[in-house]
Amino acid sequence: MIDRRLFTNFDWALLALVLLIAGIGVVNISSATASYTMVETPYALRQVYWILIGLFIMLMVCSIDYHLFGDVSYWFYGFAVFLLLVVLLIGKSSMGATRWIHLGFISFQPSELMKIVIIMVYARYFSTFPAADGLTLKGLLYPFLLLSVPAVLIMKQPDLGTAILVVLIAFSMILYVGVRLKTLLALVLAAVPTVFMGWHFYLREYQKERILNFLSPERDPLGSGYHIIQSKIAVGSGGLVGKGFLQGTQTQLRFLPEQHTDFAFSVFSEEWGFAGCLVILSLYLALVLWGLFIARRCNDTFGGLMAVGVTAMLFWHITINVGMVIGIFPVVGVPLPLFSYGGTSMITSMIGLAILLNVRMRRFMF
Amino acid sequence: MTEQTIVREVRDSSKRIFGLMIAVSAIVFVLLMRLWYLQIVKVEDFRNMSESNRLRLVPVAASRGTILDRNGIVLVDNSPSYSVAVIPQEVADRDALINGLAMLLQADPGELAEKWEKGSKRSKYQPIILASGISRDQLEILEENRLSLPGLDLQMHPIREYPHGLLASHLFGHLGEMTEQEIGSARFKGYNSGDYVGKSGIERSWEKELHGVDGGRQIEVDAMGRFLRTVNESSPTTGNSLMLTIDLELQKQAEAALGKQAGAAVALDVTTGEVLAFVSNPGFDPALFAGKLSSSQWNEYLKDIRHPLENKALKGQYPPGSTFKIITALAALEEGLITENTTIHCSGSYKYGNRAFGCWNRRGHGAVNLKRALRESCDVYFYKLGEQLGVDRIAAYARKFGAGSPLGIGLDNEKSGLVPTSAWKEKRFGTKWLKGETLPVAIGQGYVLMTPIQLAAMTAAVANEGTVYRPHLVKRVISPEGRILREFAPEIVSRAGLHSESYRLVKKGLLAVVNEPGGTGGMARLYEVKVAGKTGTSQVVKLRNGRNVAGYQYRDHALFVAFAPFEKPEIAVAVVVEHGAHGGSAAAPIAGRILRTYFQGKGVIRKPVPRKTDSAAEPDDEAAGTESETPDVEEQQTND
Repeated sequence: MIDRRLFTNFDWALLALVLLIAGIGVVNISSATASYTMVETPYALRQVYWILIGLFIMLMVCSIDYHLFGDVSYWFYGFAVFLLLVVLLIGKSSMGATRWIHLGFISFQPSELMKIVIIMVYARYFSTFPAADGLTLKGLLYPFLLLSVPAVLIMKQPDLGTAILVVLIAFSMILYVGVRLKTLLALVLAAVPTVFMGWHFYLREYQKERILNFLSPERDPLGSGYHIIQSKIAVGSGGLVGKGFLQGTQTQLRFLPEQHTDFAFSVFSEEWGFAGCLVILSLYLALVLWGLFIARRCNDTFGGLMAVGVTAMLFWHITINVGMVIGIFPVVGVPLPLFSYGGTSMITSMIGLAILLNVRMRRFMF
Repeated sequence: MTEQTIVREVRDSSKRIFGLMIAVSAIVFVLLMRLWYLQIVKVEDFRNMSESNRLRLVPVAASRGTILDRNGIVLVDNSPSYSVAVIPQEVADRDALINGLAMLLQADPGELAEKWEKGSKRSKYQPIILASGISRDQLEILEENRLSLPGLDLQMHPIREYPHGLLASHLFGHLGEMTEQEIGSARFKGYNSGDYVGKSGIERSWEKELHGVDGGRQIEVDAMGRFLRTVNESSPTTGNSLMLTIDLELQKQAEAALGKQAGAAVALDVTTGEVLAFVSNPGFDPALFAGKLSSSQWNEYLKDIRHPLENKALKGQYPPGSTFKIITALAALEEGLITENTTIHCSGSYKYGNRAFGCWNRRGHGAVNLKRALRESCDVYFYKLGEQLGVDRIAAYARKFGAGSPLGIGLDNEKSGLVPTSAWKEKRFGTKWLKGETLPVAIGQGYVLMTPIQLAAMTAAVANEGTVYRPHLVKRVISPEGRILREFAPEIVSRAGLHSESYRLVKKGLLAVVNEPGGTGGMARLYEVKVAGKTGTSQVVKLRNGRNVAGYQYRDHALFVAFAPFEKPEIAVAVVVEHGAHGGSAAAPIAGRILRTYFQGKGVIRKPVPRKTDSAAEPDDEAAGTESETPDVEEQQTND
């Protein structure tokens, strides 16, 4: 079953790129958490464990022919939606946002799983029903239905950041498949009243607050406005080469919020400066371009769509996170893949990357 | 698909991938441009901002809502308090600062260092409060020495003020700083560390309404940590005020009437369940908790055998003694075991099996009917009824009147009391209920326990003929602007659903208790208003050799429940005097004074009423006499 060809076709360069970024991430986490009071296991070490677990899962995903994912994608979809419903129902009993399912030994967020599942199900759908001359409104009906059910459920949790990401991934794939110009214009025209209605009837008060605060940070000097200002100070004061490892005053004096998770890039920018940022963003750009390249070199539509979907997922995470840290996007709590501390994010990224590797190494099977 | 379309599709997707690559690169380029702008173009500005250290977030605690009495008189208010904090980041010499502060504040340097240690887990720019509630003089001294003590931070925040001193301290409860566990908990979301929160009483149960929303200031400070300017500010929102159902005058008089005695008194509006007075005696000084409580004061509270820190009205569970005969009588009437004229002969004791259960009156009451049995609190009469009813039927009626479960007064940890049944005993002790155990239950001894709130609610339900209202303390929630946000309507817990004839007969007996010669409750009598009531004396420890009062803790509890006016009841009162010995002499006068105050407030009784001195001479006022002695045969459990 394990073809030798698979081994020789394995994309070592991509894996090396992933490990390089994750490695820099670990070093950065150790600086970000240097000022924290001691915990049993330091965050940096815990992140190493997560990377190892992620690699193991990656290996497992690689060993299965990705075409199989297409066959089971609708089952996955049904299961993931079911889990989202479970979370919502359990969440009802305990106040506030509940995103987690606890299985005793492990907890996870079904909304995170949905990012991968939407990629699979869209790839499956568009490979079965290709739109040679671009999608029409009618052709978009089913994909929109497939998208809106989980998107609404995730919004209900409420988890605006993940909902936006799922929608962005789906839209990226739709754009890749191709939409007729007329349809595109109609959609844009329809979006305006939808956004208006959504703002008035759908968004929670605090979600509106966040968006308004982003538009004018001085609205909320104590909450996210403060965070944006502090993050910008951290990034800006880094200068060309940064203040040096463990030398970031903003970081070490803990002016930054969630500095080992969502604002990890802010820590990095302060301590390594523009030079460091250039390196990291170049590595990420290489990763994304490589993903697109894999999509292009893939000989079947399904594989290509999967590769595009995964690449879109990585790209939007990177863009939104970095954009948030440098103050051009609102604070929505999106981690930087491979770089921010966190098991869920690490595993989701690794599964996505495993799909890329999978598509890449089976490219000659047709 | 034809070969042609496949080829076209491949070419198409190839083109699109290329387009996506361009788009992605462009967006990353934009991010880099932005980084360039921040890190290269604006670097000087941000460097200055980060170095000249700079923005700091200072929480501004919201003023708590005030607490008012039913007439709008302020019961609990706020006043400014000053505290000393340090900002670790700015401290040059930690030991010098601690020693300096200890000297200026006359505090123990070790204690200050300990507080510092505890707070140092947080960010270094966040102030750690070392001492609060400092005087104005101390504040001035500190202000003068500020320059020589870098890192020092003086803060003002509102604290509770109690214009009526110890009044209703258990009802209001006390405040305390949030504990480390509370800081992150869901219950205190949006709170800042160092916030004061309600720890007991109304302050605790109504925390959400009273607290308000903390504000904060984003301030700029210089390198020494000194305030330069406020960059941004969101002002705190004062908490909502509570208008209680409590009547200040009634509360005051009830507390005065209890005096130094330990005990509780609860007065309820018979027709709504509003709590008019809520006393647990002795009280404590809630102001001590708001500032700092010295350990000597704390120990004094703990050592006091009258347990000043215990909320006796809410959590005290007492054997109701003879006040419980009201329930037994109602049950017997309702079950058709007795009529108004049924007589039972009391010889001074009641033989059951091979035991003799004594009446408090060893000489015996002779032939007694219901009215006389209540009036003179004949135990034998009720032993007989208890035997006929059985424990489970008594329990069913007791529950109808609110005994056995918390009534939901709206304070945390309200006790449920205990209404024993045969099933309960089986479960609790694994043994069968002995029929002989029912006899003490019939006179409110044995396992029966009730809280003062339950006693008052039971009395009110008898007075209004069957409706148990939920006792409630808060009439209205009022916004800081004076708008009424919520108004609380009477809420019915249960309806007993007994025949009005049963109530009529029992109430007649209760009227006799207070107003007829031979009644045990004569000391609660008012001459302008007809009062009905029932005395109770509940045993704390059984003394084998008769009533030899060994010491305070071994004396019986004195109880009295009453309602008035008899014709159209408005107010119900329950009084418990711990170790007061006799309900008639210790508790009844207190109930009388509460009722008098109430009717003075109503204008029914004129204010300066000289106490009738002849009342003591009246023959029926052997009220002080002993009553409701329980049998020698079994060991009673101790109370509390």
